[in-house]
Amino acid sequence: MVTKKESSNYILQNARVIDPKNGVDAICDIGIENGLFADPSKISNPKKIDLKGMVIAPGFIDMHVHLREPGGKDKETIRTGTMAAAAGGFTTIVAMPNTNPLADNASTIEYIKTHCEESACVNVLPSGCISKGSEGVEMSPIGGLKKAGIVAVTDDGKCVQNHELMKHVLIYSKTFKIPVLDHCQDSFLAEGGLVAEGYWSTIKGLRGIPVASETIMVSRDIILAEAADWKVHIQHVSAGASVDMIRDAQKKKVKVTAEVTPHHIALTDECIKDYDTNFKMSPPLRSEEDRKKLIKGLQDGTISVIATDHAPHTSTDKLVEFAYAPFGVVGLETAVSICLTELYHKGFLSLSDLISKFTVGPAQVLGLDIGSIEMGKKADLTIFNPDVSYTIDADSFYSKSRNTPFNGKEVKGRVMGTVVSGRFVYSMIDGLKGSF
Amino acid sequence: MTEIKWTRKDLLGMEDLSADEITFILDTAEEFKKVNERRVKKVPALRGITVVNFFVEPSTRTRASFELAEQRLSADIVNMSASTSSLSKGESLLDTAKNIEALQVDILVMRHAASGAHQFLAKNLKCAVINAGDGAHEHPTQALLDIFTIREKKKKIKGLNISIIGDILHSRVARSNIYALLKLGANVTIAGPPTLLPKEFEKIGVRLCDNLKDAVADADVVNLLRIQHERQRASYFPSIGEYASVYGINRESIKYVKKDALIMHPGPINRGVELDSEFADGKQSVILEQVTNGLAVRMAVLYLVSGCLKS
Repeated sequence: MVTKKESSNYILQNARVIDPKNGVDAICDIGIENGLFADPSKISNPKKIDLKGMVIAPGFIDMHVHLREPGGKDKETIRTGTMAAAAGGFTTIVAMPNTNPLADNASTIEYIKTHCEESACVNVLPSGCISKGSEGVEMSPIGGLKKAGIVAVTDDGKCVQNHELMKHVLIYSKTFKIPVLDHCQDSFLAEGGLVAEGYWSTIKGLRGIPVASETIMVSRDIILAEAADWKVHIQHVSAGASVDMIRDAQKKKVKVTAEVTPHHIALTDECIKDYDTNFKMSPPLRSEEDRKKLIKGLQDGTISVIATDHAPHTSTDKLVEFAYAPFGVVGLETAVSICLTELYHKGFLSLSDLISKFTVGPAQVLGLDIGSIEMGKKADLTIFNPDVSYTIDADSFYSKSRNTPFNGKEVKGRVMGTVVSGRFVYSMIDGLKGSF
Repeated sequence: MTEIKWTRKDLLGMEDLSADEITFILDTAEEFKKVNERRVKKVPALRGITVVNFFVEPSTRTRASFELAEQRLSADIVNMSASTSSLSKGESLLDTAKNIEALQVDILVMRHAASGAHQFLAKNLKCAVINAGDGAHEHPTQALLDIFTIREKKKKIKGLNISIIGDILHSRVARSNIYALLKLGANVTIAGPPTLLPKEFEKIGVRLCDNLKDAVADADVVNLLRIQHERQRASYFPSIGEYASVYGINRESIKYVKKDALIMHPGPINRGVELDSEFADGKQSVILEQVTNGLAVRMAVLYLVSGCLKS
């Protein structure tokens, strides 16, 4: 964390404060002193900031981010990735371990932590690999990684195909209270696949990735999590059938949780009809029926987390034949606006329920005491205006990469300020400068 | 020649075209077929126009057909393949194509293993792009020559029953035929091993059939696709032998084919697999006429596209 500058003391006034964890939804003042939440009436020399018309929420958490450092600095760095997070309203992000070298060893975690201290402007929580080399054969040193500071394990981008290994990982991780995050994908069924198997893959002659490649692994994970009595978290659910399975398992008290990305909520596989590689991601965009079931899953609580799967790629990487382009899209700087547009303004989620998907939801999965506004705690806040409209412009991104599926999209709702430990790391508020 | 009502710089696929546009290409091809029947087969229609045949995926007959079509139209031509281009040195497709374009090339005829490669280039280039096959997506000039041949023999397309048999899932020939034939009012049936028969095609009005007998019973045209078991990574069907016995046209299954039905094949034929020699060379077969017509169709496409080049 960069903490070069002294943080000021603030009283944030006239905003609608929504803190789902504490059941708060009211116009009230928020006090910040020495980087912590404080009683507004007892702060010395506060700067008073009028935030009329805006919403103040606990700092948003994105538990699925690819920062690409080490090893992929042409796509993103810890610096640019955390700037993008700040501009997108995220105060805490979980860094995926598929860097180069992979975060399957304590020294890579140390490297990431050191570089974050030098250059990150939001809180970065590292995750570690499930298996050594993410090869799905041998368990990574989960205990040592925990000591080094990871908050979760995942082989994201890959999926452990060996069910026995996954069984043991779930049993073993429980000892260290480390949640297991899984990119559910059967590699035989998905091999060579480029887009969702269905109408558009058929019409456009692109190899399809069937729903079964996801649901088979979701069901595997549910079965093994139940036996291990430990937490498995299904990353970026794309298929409606997966939501149904997760819902049923949760009814049986299996410790399974799930996240969905803004792009799976907002888009369908029809988007690939012009072979635009900015719609190529894994898991793929699926049908309208799937999209509706994902929203249903958010509404009834089956899906407790919205995460971006921010996956930066250079224009050179993406400006190729569809089959040869890498999977992935950036998401940090568009997530909040897309979700306000697609979920809040369309009436699917209340503001409080939407905020909980970015705060309480991920905090619970990770088992961390963050994502709420409480006296004496670190003052991490996300400030947004739910009613301001604008057009997404990839060229304005702080991320090094531009591979967004939302360029040119009209959205309603915009992040106006991001506060990390009492410091405005990003601000579009009149008269208040943010500094990454 | 009829008045030009063609406005497209590129021929990317049949899915984009209207029935009128398809008919217009076929009518234009009829004129070029007459040229090909003359003793002197060369016309100056593309004099001064440069065409690059860029075959990133290997091809023999389509490439020869395009080359000959270009020569008969008096175009200047350059042939490139993946191994003779800088793609083999790691250059991207777009960079290679932009370098070709920088040589003031007018028309790029390309075959590529990736579906959508032509759309991608057409968006990024000023020169005309003609699709000579992209992955499992489209092979528009093959569909045009197939339909040209059917129209010539049957005098119409509308209302005809046309059955396409084989690996539909991976076939660009099938897709281009399906899109074009539906627009022209034909009834299209697809048949083959059920693992290679995408049921999504029902949504656009194609009839699916998992047995050969029902598929060919009312067919006016039976179009057999080349089956390439060696290219299937997964086990879609047990063996070439089983395919031949269940989906091949042979002495037994020919009984179900109408006597006046045309037997077609885009080639190269696996004799004894999709089609027994007896019927590949038989009276109902129009396979070699397809090849002949391919030349006229490609001349028509090159000619029409060249009329829309930006100066």
